[in-house]
Amino acid sequence: MSHHELDARRMLCPMPVIKTQNQVLKLTAGDTLDVTCTDPGALNDIPAWCRINGHEYIGHREQDDEIIISVRVGDGD
Amino acid sequence: MTNPTPKQRKAVSLISGGLDSMLATQAMLDQGIHVEGINFYTGFCVEGHTHAIRKKDKAKPKRNNALWVAETLGIKLHIIDVIDEYKDVVINPKHGYGSNLNPCLDCKCFMVRKAHEWLQENDFDFIITGEVIGQRPMSQRRDTMPVIQRESGAEDRLLRPLCAKFLPETLPEREGWVDRDRLYDFTGRGRKPQIALAAKMGIDDFAQPAGGCCFLTDAAYSNKLSDLWSARGDREYEIDDIMLLKVGRHLRPRPHFKIIVGREEGENRFLEGYRKQFTHLYTTSHPGPLVLLDGTADADDLQLAAQLAARFSQGKAADSVRVELHEKGAEMRILDVKPLTNDEIPVGWYL
Repeated sequence: MSHHELDARRMLCPMPVIKTQNQVLKLTAGDTLDVTCTDPGALNDIPAWCRINGHEYIGHREQDDEIIISVRVGDGD
Repeated sequence: MTNPTPKQRKAVSLISGGLDSMLATQAMLDQGIHVEGINFYTGFCVEGHTHAIRKKDKAKPKRNNALWVAETLGIKLHIIDVIDEYKDVVINPKHGYGSNLNPCLDCKCFMVRKAHEWLQENDFDFIITGEVIGQRPMSQRRDTMPVIQRESGAEDRLLRPLCAKFLPETLPEREGWVDRDRLYDFTGRGRKPQIALAAKMGIDDFAQPAGGCCFLTDAAYSNKLSDLWSARGDREYEIDDIMLLKVGRHLRPRPHFKIIVGREEGENRFLEGYRKQFTHLYTTSHPGPLVLLDGTADADDLQLAAQLAARFSQGKAADSVRVELHEKGAEMRILDVKPLTNDEIPVGWYL
């Protein structure tokens, strides 16, 4: 299991979701991914994408205008 | 001898986030089909963008309707970035444009073709859409339905559950994967049958009834895109170009340059991300917006841009406003200018 980071700053939804989806496809179950976003819409979209695609939204933290969303990769079921 | 268990048939559904594709998908789920959604991001999707940018909209709940539909129906959703491939659809539409720069028929052929490619790569059996005959003047007509089947390559693997009874049988119907008797015969622009079906299916929350999800159907947006192409002398675009057309007030005072003026704090913050790529100005003696200059500008043009920046600042009634000019590739300069008055700004400058 490994930890990864993804820069999705200055991207508007759904691009942060697409970038997350494409990155997760390269990872294995149990890996974690921190996605840094500036579009607050990602706070709804990335957790929703996780729920419907079998991944886990761990939580988020905010720093200035940036939102860091943490995801744990599931087995896709 | 016992019969082998029938193969679980799988369909990929084009999910826009609207009601029709939601109903078409639910109709297939009700027939025991395994459905996964697919949604294409072209760069022109209205979904969430302006909400994300404009500060006044920040309090509004934001959701991606395609994701919301997928979650509501309990299906997976694959969102595909087609920004680059989609350019050819916008620039060279074989079937032309609608009332604005909307290439709806080419767009539908493109999306079904992409879904068909996905189907082949992922071993799915057929494609479903929420199309209804007569719903859209350009892309959803009786005579365009076979065009989409043919030009997408999907042929009879494309099923439109909401109007299937008016169309020839498709492969999933002929093979008995789907019961044609449980498909629908919706036509026209009316929404009553869809609303009634939604109620029957227990769907009581849905986004815009249909359409309205593409900036290319918007006259003001299309005018700005058309202006961009005219000014540059070709019909190319990059993603930043089409994003910027969604933001701010656009004025073209001269054929060789235009300015983009942030209208509020959220837009100014968004435009700040483009400062390094553009000559930009802002007022320092009075609060005012960030102004990007797109094109080429000589000394007189820069003076004019500064006067426009001053006009949209809180110093618009002042005798003199100080403007910081950050010309691309040059040292920062200070200009003291008299703001233009409203009468000095021809209506034709506004895009």
